[in-house]
Amino acid sequence: MDLFFTMLVPLLIGAIAVYAALRRVDVYTALVQGAGSGLDTLLHIVPALVGLMTAVYMLRASGALELLAGALAPLLDRLGLPSQLLPLMLVRPISGSAALGVGAELISTYGSDSDLGRTAAVMLGSTETTFYTIAVYFGAVGITKTRYAVPAALCADLTGFLAAAWAVRVCFG
Amino acid sequence: MTMTLIWTGMVVLSILCGLATGRGPAVAAAAVEGAAAAVELSLSIAGMLCLWTGVMEVMRQSGLADKLSRLLSPILRRLFPQAAGDRATMDAISANVSANLLGLGNAATPLGLEAARRMAAKSPGVASDMLCMLVVCNTASIQLIPTTVASVRAAEGCAAPFDILPAVWLASALSVGVGILACKVFARVWGD
Repeated sequence: MDLFFTMLVPLLIGAIAVYAALRRVDVYTALVQGAGSGLDTLLHIVPALVGLMTAVYMLRASGALELLAGALAPLLDRLGLPSQLLPLMLVRPISGSAALGVGAELISTYGSDSDLGRTAAVMLGSTETTFYTIAVYFGAVGITKTRYAVPAALCADLTGFLAAAWAVRVCFG
Repeated sequence: MTMTLIWTGMVVLSILCGLATGRGPAVAAAAVEGAAAAVELSLSIAGMLCLWTGVMEVMRQSGLADKLSRLLSPILRRLFPQAAGDRATMDAISANVSANLLGLGNAATPLGLEAARRMAAKSPGVASDMLCMLVVCNTASIQLIPTTVASVRAAEGCAAPFDILPAVWLASALSVGVGILACKVFARVWGD
């Protein structure tokens, strides 16, 4: 099973390439073209990441995060969520690049194969930038009465956070 | 404006808290380090990120996204009963969901907005039940291969950056499931 997930990526890339080539897609040109658009995405992330990681580093150095996490630790412990992940959970629904910065910081501090590092990664991978998405959709189509969209989306986010911690315990226990 | 408040708040809080706890110099050093770390992080994930957007483009051009979209439409008809009769809306929803599954974020948003526009035309200004469902499905992550996170793990020296996949799928499925359930429940109890 371990080998399967290790080999999944090369196998997937290979299978997609063969399938596309059989469908007469110019695979290499498409790949290079797509990779170029990845660079565009990155160029858009970098400025936001610089701003946000500066603030996150400052916040961490000031001890404010520990104070906040300490205050909320009893509640988070009850839910089975490590309090170190609180900053990540707070920024996740608001900004994708901020969450990426905070998550990368956690993964680097605690190690990518630690429970904390894995939980941070799973949280990032299983949730979205909720408020941003809601703003884009409702803004674009002129909705002012959002009814229950926000509470329902936040239910999904909270579940995602709790499930991330639980899933890491189950899969890597 | 929201981000302005949050960012300024974070900076001011850091300075006040740093001064109060005697960690002023550490805060000053961190401000410089953070900016440099952001660029380092961006560079270290660049390779894998570009590779994956490349693979996604191959997937899109080969028609895999369309195929997935057709596969999903019977399920989605149940999720959006009020839109089931409207072919164009259902097509946009299927394409939106399949693009999200494949991690084609840039393709998913315009498709989702097209579906949202058609839904909103029926109830201007007010989020109908189906529109709430569409938005909630888009605020939950259903991406099958979380490539950005895997790139970050790889950049931190992880030997098997994708070993979190089963855990991500489990957590995503639960999160989306609860989101859908919440919509169905709220739809019954929530007024206009």
